[in-house]
Parts: sequence; structure tokens; C-alpha cells
Amino acid sequence: MKDKIAENILLLIAFSAILSLLLITFFIFQQGIPLIFKTGLHNFFSISWSPTKGGFGILSMIIGSLMVTAGALVVGIPFGLACAVFLAEFSSPTIQKTLKPIIELLAGIPSVVYGFIGIVILVPFIRETFGGPGFSVLAASIILGIMILPTIVSISYDSLLAVPNTYREGSYALGATKWQTVRMLLLHAARSGIVAGIILGMGRAIGETMAVIMIAGNALKIPGSLLDSVRTLTSTIALELGYAAGDHRAALFACGSILFIIIIILNIVAIRVTGRK
Amino acid sequence: MIIRTSNVNLYYHTFQALKHIDLAIKENLITGIIGPSGCGKSTLLRVFNRMNDLIDGVRITGSVVIDDEDIYSPFCDLTMLRKKVGMVFQRPNAFPLSIFDNVAYGPRVWGITDKKTLTEIVERSLAGVDLFGGLKDKLHHSALSLSSEQQQRLCIARLLAVEPEILLMDEPCSALDPIATGKIEELMFDLKKTYTIVIVTHNMQQAARIADDVGFMLLGELIEFDKARKIFTNPADERTFGYISGRFG
Repeated sequence: MKDKIAENILLLIAFSAILSLLLITFFIFQQGIPLIFKTGLHNFFSISWSPTKGGFGILSMIIGSLMVTAGALVVGIPFGLACAVFLAEFSSPTIQKTLKPIIELLAGIPSVVYGFIGIVILVPFIRETFGGPGFSVLAASIILGIMILPTIVSISYDSLLAVPNTYREGSYALGATKWQTVRMLLLHAARSGIVAGIILGMGRAIGETMAVIMIAGNALKIPGSLLDSVRTLTSTIALELGYAAGDHRAALFACGSILFIIIIILNIVAIRVTGRK
Repeated sequence: MIIRTSNVNLYYHTFQALKHIDLAIKENLITGIIGPSGCGKSTLLRVFNRMNDLIDGVRITGSVVIDDEDIYSPFCDLTMLRKKVGMVFQRPNAFPLSIFDNVAYGPRVWGITDKKTLTEIVERSLAGVDLFGGLKDKLHHSALSLSSEQQQRLCIARLLAVEPEILLMDEPCSALDPIATGKIEELMFDLKKTYTIVIVTHNMQQAARIADDVGFMLLGELIEFDKARKIFTNPADERTFGYISGRFG
């Protein structure tokens, strides 16, 4: 009897979590989608964003989001994979036990701190070394690349550890070196986990807001180079929601809907990739 | 004599797993190593391709000479040794790659990249284990889609592709049913013409069926090593007699 009550209470709590997700989804789409149709798809996916004068084209922000996300992956994948391979295959248990929690700690640093470090160190460095304003695609990519490291490292590490030892033995028994084994066998065997880690990292990068606002410069145009300033979907929402009203406010929800759709697609792909074996 | 050991002792930390092993394995024969579980027979097999090196805390003394080379000398090239002395494991460990890539794995490790050469090697190796006929149209399917017996054959083909001299087999049939076991045994008879085979088995009937020489191990010691017929009909040591007559083990 007591079990039954506990079960029902837990069910209720679990259901309310799902319910809140459904409500958020419904609310965002309900607020945003009508504007997309009102503006027309063609205008909505154009580059003219002048929300106070009725221009709701979000193309430059979509491109901005995609650019910093791609940049984050260019930075995050090589470092993250190298780190995971080193931890899983080349380091002693003591080093693993020390380094893994430290890397995971990176995920616990508030994003405003990343942004702050970006402003204080990275932006001036880029300005003085490569020119331009410093607030740029490059700066955002590097900071986001570091921010997605823990996701990529820990998921890739776990999936490398999950590769059965019999594969390693089989490979060594053919005369393969450790590095050959990693490159020719283990990365293949752990591929689904690694891809899932990368996709989840991508989701983090595209959704990140605070750090990006602080270092990307937020200029409203399609960047011509890595040193140009850039504005993302998330920055636009955060920067403008405070004073937006009417259609402008709806347009920001429309941006949110687009982000939401992109992130849902990424998550579905990640789940598909890990499920398939 | 293709493999000769003298006074080999092996320790896991403080536990002595092999004690004073002296034996000589002859070319182009099947040598069976039998004994109850935990007697050190798999450990002994892994001495011959230095797979024990992968385990922490293993120390080995004595000498193991293969083809006149001391394989525990500091000058021994470990990867060359493992190319020459291939190993088949207890459970088929086909890699999660295509059938083609499984067999081509070894040659690629050894630097062969030419597609035509690789294809020739793959076809020849698969034919060597009698798989090519059935699988020639499925080379790009995943190896994990094969049956256990086919996977074990594939693992043997993968070894043949690097042209070893010696095949070490660690209970290669323990995951297979009797019919599949019979087929793998037939394959071993074929392979014996070209290769020297050392097989560890807990299955005495299997050793009696296929081995030319047999060694009986107990608690880390090699109790007796002789012609299979001698071991199974007229063993010199009473412990061997006790084991083969089923009194323990």
C-alpha cells in the first residue's frame, strides 16, 4: 500500500518534469511560429533585421550561430579527442583519476567567467596579433571550443573504455603498436560514442549565450572573416528581449523556435548514433 | 625445434604461475597443452608471443628461444615476434569492422596499402580457412554478423594474412558447439602442413584427436611432455594418469 502511494507520487513528479518541457515547447512555438508565417519564410530567412521597422530577417544570426559552432568544433574536436585517447589508452590509472575530474570541472565554471577571461585575455591578444576589433568569430570559437571540451572528452573517454579488451589483445597479437591500435581499431569501435559526444558538444556551443555575447562583438552582419565581429541567435534574444514588444518580441521567440528545432535535431541524431550498433 | 624454453618461471606479483618450464616444440606439428583450469597453460601460451607483457606485475625468468632468437632479450622486436607468432583467442574477437577490413588489418599494420595486393591477401587468407566461397559477395558486411564459428575462422584468416610461422590457440573451440568444433579441428589438420600449432585445451578428447605432442600441466608445472599416444595410453607420471583417467580436473 505504502509502495503504491510512493509509486504514484514519483510518477506525478516525473510526469510534471515532462509536462514542463511540453509547456515550454508549446509556449515558445505558440509565441514565435505565427510571426514566421506573417513575415513569410522568404523574408524571415533574409538578412534584414530591423525589428523596430518590421524587418525580421534572421539569416545573419543563423549564419553567426553556425560559424561559431563550427569554429568551436574545429577547436574542440582535436583537443577533446586527443585528450580522451591519452586518458583512456596512454596514461596510468593515477593520471586518469586526477585528470578526468579536473577536465569535468571545466563544465562547472560559469559561462560568464569564460566570457570574462575572453574579454581580458583573448580579445586583446587577437586584436594585437591579428588585427581587427578582437571581438570576433575567432575569439568566440576558441572560448566555445574550450567550453565543449568536457562533454567531448568524457563521452569519448567512456566509449573508449567500453571497447572490450579482447579487441586490443587481438590487435597487439597481430603486431600492431599501441598507436596503430588506437587509430585503426579503437576509434572505429568507439565511433558511435565519440560522434554522440561531438553532437552534444555542438548542442552546447550553439545554445551558449553569455560567453558569446561578451566576446563575439554582436555586430549585425554576416562576418567576412574570422576576425570580424558576429551575432548569434542566442545573443540576439538575450540582448533585445528586455525592450522588445509586439512583433519584435514574437520575432525573438521565433529565433528561439529555430534554435529549439536545431537542438532537438542534434539530440535526436546523437541518440540515433549511440543507439545504432 | 622451433620453440625451446629452459627453466621459465613466471610470477604475478608474488604468485608463481609457471615453475621451471622446459619444453621443446617441433615444427609442423600440433602440440597440445592440457591440464585443469588455473594450471597455467594459457599463461604458458602467452609467454610465446609475450602477451603477458600487457599485464601489470608480471615478471619472467629463464629463456624462450624461437627460431634461434631469445624472445625475451632486449634486442627482440616485439611487433616482429607477434607477426611471426600469431594467436587465436578463446572467444572469437572479430573486430567491429567489415570482413574485408578484419583480414586486411594485419597487412595494413605492416604497411601494405595497395588495394590490389590487399584484395589478393584477403582472398587467399579467407580461402585458407574455407570461408571465401561462402562470403565472397559479403566482404563489406560487418564481421559481427557472422556466426561464432565463422568469426573464429575469420580470426584465423586474419592471422594467416600476416604470414606467421606459429599459431597459438587458446581454447579456440570453447565458445563453439561440437559440429563447429569438428570443423575447426579439420581446419587445424590442414594448417599443420604450413604452420606449427600450439593449442591449449581443457578438452582431453580434443587433444587426443588432433595433437601430435602433448604436455600435461598442473599447478604451474609441466608434469610430462611426450607423444600424444604415449601420454594418453601409457603416461610416465601418476598425476598425468590421474588426470587423463578423470580422477581430478
